[in-house]
Amino acid sequence: MRLITHNMLACNIKGVKSGFPLKIEAESVEVKEADFNPEFLKRMIPKLEWKAFIDAAVGLNVSGLPAEVTPEIMEDEEFLKKFHHALLELHVEEGALICPETGRRFPVSKGIPNMLLNEDEC
Amino acid sequence: MWYLCYFLHRHLDFRREEAQALADTAGCGDLIEWKLPHGGSPDSPFWYINVPNEDFAKKLVASSILIKGLYEVWGEGDTFEEMLAEVQNYPIDKKQPYYSESITFKLVMEGFGTKLNSVMQKDLLKKLACIPFEGKVDLKNPQHLFRLLYTENPIKNDDMPTIVPPRWYFGREVCTGDRSCVPHYELPRRSYIGPTSMDAELSLLMCNMAGVRKGSLVYDPFVGTGSILVAAAHFGAVTWGADIDIRIIRDGRTREGKHRNVWSNFKQYGLMEPVGLLRYDAHRPPLRPGLEELFDVILCAPPYGVRAGGRKSGGRKAEKGIPNKPIPDDMRATHIPSTAPYGLTECLYDLIQFAATFLVVGGRIALWMPCASDVYTDGDVPTHPALKLIANSEQVLGRRWSRRLITLEKHRPFDRASPLEIPTVECPALLLALENPDAETEDGASPTVRDAVMPAEKRPKRERKGDGGSANNQETRRLPMYRNKNC
Repeated sequence: MRLITHNMLACNIKGVKSGFPLKIEAESVEVKEADFNPEFLKRMIPKLEWKAFIDAAVGLNVSGLPAEVTPEIMEDEEFLKKFHHALLELHVEEGALICPETGRRFPVSKGIPNMLLNEDEC
Repeated sequence: MWYLCYFLHRHLDFRREEAQALADTAGCGDLIEWKLPHGGSPDSPFWYINVPNEDFAKKLVASSILIKGLYEVWGEGDTFEEMLAEVQNYPIDKKQPYYSESITFKLVMEGFGTKLNSVMQKDLLKKLACIPFEGKVDLKNPQHLFRLLYTENPIKNDDMPTIVPPRWYFGREVCTGDRSCVPHYELPRRSYIGPTSMDAELSLLMCNMAGVRKGSLVYDPFVGTGSILVAAAHFGAVTWGADIDIRIIRDGRTREGKHRNVWSNFKQYGLMEPVGLLRYDAHRPPLRPGLEELFDVILCAPPYGVRAGGRKSGGRKAEKGIPNKPIPDDMRATHIPSTAPYGLTECLYDLIQFAATFLVVGGRIALWMPCASDVYTDGDVPTHPALKLIANSEQVLGRRWSRRLITLEKHRPFDRASPLEIPTVECPALLLALENPDAETEDGASPTVRDAVMPAEKRPKRERKGDGGSANNQETRRLPMYRNKNC
């Protein structure tokens, strides 16, 4: 699971009001190279919850991303490369995603988060 | 400029639809026009297309699976002599640049549904020598290629009207499609497949229909073995897949000592892996509230209960209104959630609503729907106020059953506040037919759906070369007998 995916996920147990963002408990993280596509990156920026994204990146030891992305920063190659690395190249292989409200653990194994709810959570 | 659009004689219901979708992606969708082939049958492969200019033509055809090539026709006729006469009369200023000494060229003869013996071919090539090419012949890598296309005997489908009367075309090849990806990704050579894996050719076609291009964010909510996303990744998409069955995506299987799952397929071809591969219920995707307009493309083959029934979370008790017992805390970590059946109507409803919400404006969804030919009506196709129908192409599977690739485009933002912004899914006759897929039809045939829809693993290997257009491989529609099931 890459951080681009994590940024879209939330805990949707019945009744949960603030299930986003999920806390990442990373047991093993791999770096997997991805094609650098600035146009894609720029289009993704408005779709992300930016604060949740940089917090998650910091949690995986990637710091230095700006707190806010201005039009000038969007054109900066250095920023784009760092953004690309954090968004698409860090792959959580084993670990868990934890609901901030209920503490429910969604395990991540072989890179696949298991978000299926139990019968009493629906 | 009008060109001869020489189609593959396959998946007839998809051909112009694919070309139109590629034109939309190339930015000239509103500008293309079609003219019926000579003889008037839409099943003929010799259509005419009007494209603004040669650059658009090349862009349009570059990723096409079903277009063999676009040709600037110098002459055509019912006989070779008639065609040659037209070539002589074709405006000299259009021909002159290709007569020059400095160009290299090659002449190829290609029959449709027929083939002349080599003696006759040599004879005709001699007759073509009257065209004053002065450049050098290069058989390996010519700058310009000229194709003499011909059909000799009338091509018929049993008792049906002639689809291609005898005709000769002499044309300059402007651009060709690229089918080399079809054998490259064929399923028998894939690292990890399953009974529901989507055929490589059709997966690539789905991508073209939905406008997948480099950098598209593509989602498959029923990802299974990842076959559709492999095709999307081939076109440079960033992919995301989900499935309720964790065994099929994560656990996979071990074959010849090697463990294989969805990730293996992307590794096999050196394609970018999905950025998200998740287990969840497509009926209740765990996406953050307020998220909308995320995906450029949604591609899927929803489960409709023929080889793999759909499932959703909540367990069977929830279906019956019986409250579920809470799971004891010490058993939570290892509890395996039970699932409930997920019927086709509900599945399509959720899928269309999801598309209307989560596609970007201008984004497309391409989905397969089952279709029983004796009960199908266009009203079976789901609709939504925010989505417009782009194409509806039928792939015949057997006498009674086929499936349709439905392509919808989000033409305006989704209006969350309006109670009218909901899908319409009404296909009662289809649902009845699905409950009894093996039932006899009116004309007394009783094929089983299992016969008609063979698991991908069991299908024989096909087409090593990139070209599936030979007469042997023809696939035609609506014959009063079984067709080639290997399609």
